[in-house]
Order: sequence, then structure tokens, then C-alpha cells
Amino acid sequence: MIINNNLCDVCGTCVAVCPVDAIIVKEFVVTIDNDKCINCGKCLKVCPIRAISEENQ
Amino acid sequence: MIKIKDKYDVVVIGAGPSGSVAARFAAENGASVLILERDREPGIPVRCAEGVSHKGIEPFIDIDKRWIASTIDEARLHAPNGKHVDMFQNGTGYVLERRIFDTELCNLACKHGATLITKADATGIIFEDNKIQGVKYTHIGEKKTVKCNIVIGADGVESRVGRWAGIKTNVRLEDIDTCVQYTMANVDIKENRCEFYFGNEKCPGGYIWIFPKSNSTANIGLGIAGHLTDKKSPKEYLDEFVQERFPNASISYTVYGGVPTSTVLKETVKDNIMLVGDAARQVNPITGGGIVQGMIGGAFAGKVAADAVKKNDFSKKNLKTYEKKWNKALGANQRFMFEVKENFMGMDDSKFNNLVEMCSKIPQKNFTLKDLFKEAVKGDPKLIAQMAKSFVVSRLNLRFK
Repeated sequence: MIINNNLCDVCGTCVAVCPVDAIIVKEFVVTIDNDKCINCGKCLKVCPIRAISEENQ
Repeated sequence: MIKIKDKYDVVVIGAGPSGSVAARFAAENGASVLILERDREPGIPVRCAEGVSHKGIEPFIDIDKRWIASTIDEARLHAPNGKHVDMFQNGTGYVLERRIFDTELCNLACKHGATLITKADATGIIFEDNKIQGVKYTHIGEKKTVKCNIVIGADGVESRVGRWAGIKTNVRLEDIDTCVQYTMANVDIKENRCEFYFGNEKCPGGYIWIFPKSNSTANIGLGIAGHLTDKKSPKEYLDEFVQERFPNASISYTVYGGVPTSTVLKETVKDNIMLVGDAARQVNPITGGGIVQGMIGGAFAGKVAADAVKKNDFSKKNLKTYEKKWNKALGANQRFMFEVKENFMGMDDSKFNNLVEMCSKIPQKNFTLKDLFKEAVKGDPKLIAQMAKSFVVSRLNLRFK
């Protein structure tokens, strides 16, 4: 998963649904740890501004 | 420069309403308390529709017009077919100025002896000898640590504090509403009336709200269930709505966010740690309201924390008193509202139309939200029984001031 940090509002909605704790909010920047990520796509679905997309797209 | 000690009895992470109330009650009852707030001040950025009931906040703080944008005594519910029903008997509510309200709640905590640091971003928990012994944070870019006996996680919907301690807080897609809200100028509304729109076309699995902030400005937003986002994003739904209803309005503030709509978490405490507010998913799953729920959670957690300090017992077993108190006060209510939400989720628009139609037949001088729920659960004996238990909170008569 990739986050477009220009779009991201740092609301943290994605963090709440991540089943593997792969999303981190630190100093107002959201990042996804792709080593932990299992590509379940939940973050992508709940992002209210569609700032998250799948890799290779 | 304020002096920060190396160790406190309690460190509260997050200075929203639940964190500040927790800090206040811990401090008031004798604990030394440090509050870490990641932003430059409590209350910003406002990620909230800002609606509360008078009855809900009055036990905690003297009502002050400095943090009230408008006073509400009417509600209008719009059915998908365009018909509506009005409610006049739900008591007084307010649309807040959260920025000022949150700061005032935090000031109260400080007045009772808590210390606040802003721009302090918690980054982890210190585990030593298999025990939580403190918090790691960065303060204006500098890495710091502080020791403590109890951590209170009040870090909102995006909470990571619970996860650091191994508490499972992640929610199902069905149990989070993904939201966008505009604060709009030049809107044609009634200052004392909030409005709600329902329906699968306009806002699947959620609702649209209009909360007036003055006679020409309002918080206008919507939330849709996390699993119903394939067709359109929340922003697209909201843009369509405002285009139709408020074509001449301007947007003065845009905010995105998530609202948990889950049932009660299985676990909100462990040794040396408690979660409160959105972090503990203490939110009404139907309305999405969490300010009062979180403040009640904070009050219980703060008192239990201070008591644990006196007893020098920070075990899960002892801290569980907090969880029990919260469950007794609001657990049944949240479980019931969750079941009703599950029912609503499966409803097609004709049932929403029918619900509003039935409600419009109830004499207006008696009609309250309770009647709406009665209509909604009609024919479901399990839910009717649950409903009776769920409204006990109004009889609890909680006093916190």
C-alpha cells in the first residue's frame, strides 16, 4: 500500500482498521510498514479522501 | 520553562476531552499527572461535528458561552423519500467550539495539579522487567522519556497506545464510519435546529448531519460505513449533497476522520495501563457521539488511577474497577445501540421511509428519540428487552463536578 501524503489529512482512520498494526502516525506523517502489511485493503476502503492506493498501480 | 519531572504517578497520552477529564480526576484525587499532547494546543485540529447534550456535559464543567456556538432544541429527520419529521422534546443541546472547550477541560486538569506538555508526540511505551514503566515521546523533535506507574491512553480513534500494550483495538470495516465535514458559510438553516438525512443513496450505512454554528454557518458532514465505500468516497457523497441543498454556500473548513461504531471492547485495561475515549471505542455506535462517553470514561479512569496510586497496586485486576464502572454506566447502552446499528445497516430505504412515517404519527409534544428507537426495534423481542436496560444511563445521575 502507498500513501499519498499530499492528500492525507492525518485523521488516523486507517490505523483503526489495520489488523496487523502496520500503519504509523509519527510527527503528523502517516506511513505504512510494507514488511508488516498483508495487503488486506481495509485502509484503502476507509480512507475518507482516498489517499491510499495499492502498489504497482 | 516548566520543569518536567523524571517520574509521575500517571501519564495521560492525549489532551482531548477524555484525556483531560482523566488527568483532572487523577490529579484531584492526589496523583501526580503529566499530559502529553501531540498538537500545539488541545482541541486542534477539530475532528468533530461538535454536538453534545446539555445533560451530558453539565456534570463535568460549568456551561460557558465562550465555547458554545449555538443552542439546539429541535431536530429534523429527513427520510430518503424527502419527507421529514421534527423532534422538540429531546432536551437542550449545544454545538461547541471544540478548540475552546477542549482547552478549558485541559485547564481544569492543570488547575487541579496536572502538568501539560504540548507538541509532545508519544512514540512508545517503556517496558522494563516485563512491566510498563513509562512513555517515550518526542518533544519539538527531541527524544525524551518519562517514567510512570500508570499510562492512560486517550489518543483517539488512531490509538496506538493500546496496541503497544497488546490490547486489541482494531475494528472491523463495518464498525467504523468514514467521514468528511465542511464548516460552511452562507447556509440557509435554522440556528436552533440540527438536521439529519438517512438513506442508502445519500449516505450508505451512516447519515448526513447539519449542526448550526450560527444562523448562517454550520458543520455539515457525513459518515458512511467503512465497508460501503466502493461506489463513491465520503467526499463525493457530501459534495453531491451540499451542491443540492446549499448551492450558494462556501466552505470555510474541511476535515476528514473516522468514527468507531463498534460494540464495547473486550479489554480496555492491562497491568499499568488504561484506555479511554475513542481509543477505547467508547462511542455511541448509532449517533457516533463520543464526547460525553469519553468524559465519563475519563472520570472513572482518573479516579481509579488515583486510587491505585494510594494502594500502590497497578495490576490489571485492580485497574479493572474502571472497566467495570464504565460498563455499568454505559456498557448496556453501547451494546444495544450497536445491535440497532446492525439492524439499520440491513435496512433498505423503504424501511427508513416507513420509520419516519410512523414517527410522524406520534404526537409532537411527546415525541423523543426513545420513540424512534421503539419504532426501530418493533417486532424484535430481543432488542426490546435490551432497550429497557440500555437507557439506565439517564437514571444514573452521574455527578463529577
